Amino acid sequence: MTDLRTQATEIHEQFEDQLEISVDDVEERLDTLVNEYKVPLSEARRSVTNTYLDEAGMERDELGGGGSGNDRVQVADVDAPEEWVDIKGEVTELWEANSDAVAQVGLFGDETGTIKFTKWSKSDLPELEEGNVYDLRNVVTDEYEGRFSVKLNRTTVIEELDEEIEVGDDDVSVEGALVDIQSGSGLIKRCPEEDCTRVLQNGRCNEHGEVEGEFDLRIKGVLDDGEEVHEILFNQEATENLTGITLEEAQEMAMDALDTSVVADEMRADLLGKYYRVTGPTFRRYVLVDEVERLSEPADAEAVLIKARSI
Amino acid sequence: MATTPTREVARRVFAGEFNDATYTFKESDDERAPVYLLLPTGERANRVFLVGTLMETEDVGDDSEYWQGQVIDPNGDRYYMYAGQYQPDAASMLRELEPPAYISVVGKPRTYETDDGEVNVSIRPESITEVDAATRDRWVVETAERTLERIGRYKDGTAEDGDATVDEYVAMAAEEYDLPIEDYRRQVVEALESLEDDEAVAAEPDA
Repeated sequence: MTDLRTQATEIHEQFEDQLEISVDDVEERLDTLVNEYKVPLSEARRSVTNTYLDEAGMERDELGGGGSGNDRVQVADVDAPEEWVDIKGEVTELWEANSDAVAQVGLFGDETGTIKFTKWSKSDLPELEEGNVYDLRNVVTDEYEGRFSVKLNRTTVIEELDEEIEVGDDDVSVEGALVDIQSGSGLIKRCPEEDCTRVLQNGRCNEHGEVEGEFDLRIKGVLDDGEEVHEILFNQEATENLTGITLEEAQEMAMDALDTSVVADEMRADLLGKYYRVTGPTFRRYVLVDEVERLSEPADAEAVLIKARSI
Repeated sequence: MATTPTREVARRVFAGEFNDATYTFKESDDERAPVYLLLPTGERANRVFLVGTLMETEDVGDDSEYWQGQVIDPNGDRYYMYAGQYQPDAASMLRELEPPAYISVVGKPRTYETDDGEVNVSIRPESITEVDAATRDRWVVETAERTLERIGRYKDGTAEDGDATVDEYVAMAAEEYDLPIEDYRRQVVEALESLEDDEAVAAEPDA
């Protein structure tokens, strides 16, 4: 089947209950636009769909969804890429899109957890707002490095719902040796501009230039168990809990040494090369540490020894 | 995020196996591509993490400081590490620490060919920290586990009736080395037994 024929069949299916049209009719309209007027196929499809919507007196969001035949899933059910699904949840976070092709990107959550979503610019869909609950019909699942996401597309129907959802936590727990405390850890300064919390580099904010920074404490660390590495992020509170160094004390240390880097140096000397278990939600590639436990008890050698003797 | 290079896992390997690993390779022709050490049990290592007893430190540099540290593992095998002006933190740790001391080391494997063609394996430390005995014991068990996993994979991959999908690095190790893998299993057993002996001693205060 040609591309035109496929598209025509799909459009026909959406209107066959409302309008007396045949697949041929639809294909002819598409063909005129695409081959005679050199309209891109996606635009042609939109135009033809709009024409039929007008004829049928329907709204765009009456399409798809109901008759889509998709499985209605929950976030935790998403376990394979390239499946068409319907999903209901809350936009819990919107992130900064790092490409013009992406209109919106963030986290979408329901009772079972959260999942990344991407909305493409070219899909021309309405804006999603953080904190609102939506029913998304006709989204496609995707996978990258073992993590699943859903992608909205041109055919996705977005319905805002007037209800609340208790978004489940998807905390993870990871353990290993702390093998690195990265630059940008310890006593740092952040940009004081509203809604800008960028970390200053030499007193400069990437966005706002030279500013009077505000002190903060954090640790960007790497936990490594010999099989996997996890990047972990301690905010001020978690850093104070782990190191016993408060923000005030850190500022005093820096003042005495006339150098902020002494704080991170002391943290490295104290923490590196030891074993920890941390628990918290994930954000991008980081685990945001809520709880941390130093693993200081000796591990059980017996079970490993039995295995070593048996192979 | 695609621009963030994946951080290399720090491998856990006892000194006996580490010092046998003399073959290095790159995965691409790029000049800055990471260099990997091929472990005899069939795994690539661009970084290692170890915890052991620092036995000796010595400034072996001519003009500027160049510190050598020798760290012993439970089997009595030694890791050699070198830190100079480009590893200031690690160098100052080696200068200041008083052996014997338990230390943990994160570092990159390096190989060096001597004049008589022998390949020496050492570590260029990224960080060195003084730790306690519990951390060291935990590392011994962890390293035993990781080594056993590698040995298991190696044996599956090189068995005569094994299936065809042999791990790339197992195949490479079988090709490049002619070493008795059994030795590494024995090192695992001995390392773990040394922990049990310690416990037995600790349980008998009169001993």
